[in-house]
Amino acid sequence: MLKADSRDPAAWPRLLLTLLALALLWPGIQLSELDLGVLFQADSQNEMGRFVSAFWPPAHDQAFLQLLLKATLQTLAIATAGMALALLLAVPASLIASRALSLSAASRGGVPGLLGRLLRWPVRGLLIFLRSVPEIVWALLFVRAVGLGPAAGVLAIAITYSGMLGKVYAEIFESTDQRPAHALLQAGSGRLAAFAYGTLPNVAAELLSYTVYRWECAIRASVVMGFVGAGGLGQQIDLSIRMFAGGEVASMLLTFLLLVLCADQLSRLLRWRLT
Amino acid sequence: MRRLINLLLLAAIALSVVASFAYLELDLAELGSANSLKQMGSYVQRFLSPDLSASYLKAIAHGSLETLAMSALGTLLAALFGIVLALPAAGRFGWPLQSAARLLLNGLRAIPELVWAALMVLAAGLGPNAGTLALALHTTGVLGRLFAEALENTPPQPAEAIRLQGGNPILAFCYGTLPNLAPQLLAYCLYRWENNIRMASVLGFVGAGGLGQMLYVSLSLFQEAQASTVILAMLLLVFLVDWLSAWSRQRWVKA
Repeated sequence: MLKADSRDPAAWPRLLLTLLALALLWPGIQLSELDLGVLFQADSQNEMGRFVSAFWPPAHDQAFLQLLLKATLQTLAIATAGMALALLLAVPASLIASRALSLSAASRGGVPGLLGRLLRWPVRGLLIFLRSVPEIVWALLFVRAVGLGPAAGVLAIAITYSGMLGKVYAEIFESTDQRPAHALLQAGSGRLAAFAYGTLPNVAAELLSYTVYRWECAIRASVVMGFVGAGGLGQQIDLSIRMFAGGEVASMLLTFLLLVLCADQLSRLLRWRLT
Repeated sequence: MRRLINLLLLAAIALSVVASFAYLELDLAELGSANSLKQMGSYVQRFLSPDLSASYLKAIAHGSLETLAMSALGTLLAALFGIVLALPAAGRFGWPLQSAARLLLNGLRAIPELVWAALMVLAAGLGPNAGTLALALHTTGVLGRLFAEALENTPPQPAEAIRLQGGNPILAFCYGTLPNLAPQLLAYCLYRWENNIRMASVLGFVGAGGLGQMLYVSLSLFQEAQASTVILAMLLLVFLVDWLSAWSRQRWVKA
């Protein structure tokens, strides 16, 4: 006979865990000076309230729209040029870092010899370093090195994305069927030929769709990088926020949303057509 | 025909790359010239001797803890708001609330963290509070959507069984739905935390506290030695959190 029991057997451990978590969080709240109240006291007297109330209507005079168009085109161009430069570095680096084209691996069941593994490490380390520093930090560094403007943004995207693309490409090469490339290598073909005829046909679709996805990310990143002075839409948003021009901020945010939406659709189209 | 269209697409891509370089008027030759390379080299060289004095390391430790607290609290707040918004967004309270919640989540998610931070600095003043709020706002959008999808995909039978036995809806949710859902929710939170620690360390660029603000200030004052210490601390923090979240994923999510 079943008996009703309203007791929760796991209640005590859960309560203790929650208390422990809260005790750990308390210094965190102190450190981050958390105060949700500031969001709700933004009345109409307040600077923020006036700023937000200026969001409607979004700025739409002729001169501003021209500026907006220019900034948007610049953002697109930064993302595209940065990706092109990143590919220049990522493709050779991924070919070197990947185990898929190792001659010793072809005859040893996929595990390269000691020397091969040692020689691949510096390239892998370089790729790790390139992608571990966030792109906006690179942008900040390049703004100091080459001056304000889109060049810093292009270089920052090129550096970070070559690290990411190189790593992911190398992994894609390794994750596909190794036998065609190994057969070619053991039959005496060169490495590039083995790659082009043994590996590439299997992985082309995946490479392409990842590259297009990264391009989409690069657009978002190039907007964000404008905040440290690397050109494009972000720089204009930063300027307008500093000038408390709410209408301009609103129309630029709308443009940004539209841009991301269009990039999303375009990348879907490209993936569907080319893969 | 298909081949022709693909060729046209490839040509359009090549053309847009060329057009981008032309539009930006990038002078790659000048960037790669001996003079500018020498300048870059000396710039890089100033980063090679990080400032490791005890007093600066103490400041770095405080900045790192601030960044860590910002990211953890931002993610936690986002998880709380996210689950509150995910319930209506998964259609638990009828369609008008569902579309309203989805619109709100999309809006929160679409605006990048850094833009939120710049806005929050205006609302809440300089300092880590603005950064925490910015992270919480953006991450609420992301987590709310992920939670809503998880809620929609979770099997309804356990909760229905409790309802049929006479349990109230809150009990049914806590004991029927949540146990199935918890590992997935935790996995999403950990994933966002990894992202947020990276973001928290750069939100300071617009004045939202943490390591980013230290980096921005020291680069503005041309103190490259200090800046390189901050970058090293950022890398260390990111690796630490990656390792921690990989460990807790092994421990709690896969079980």
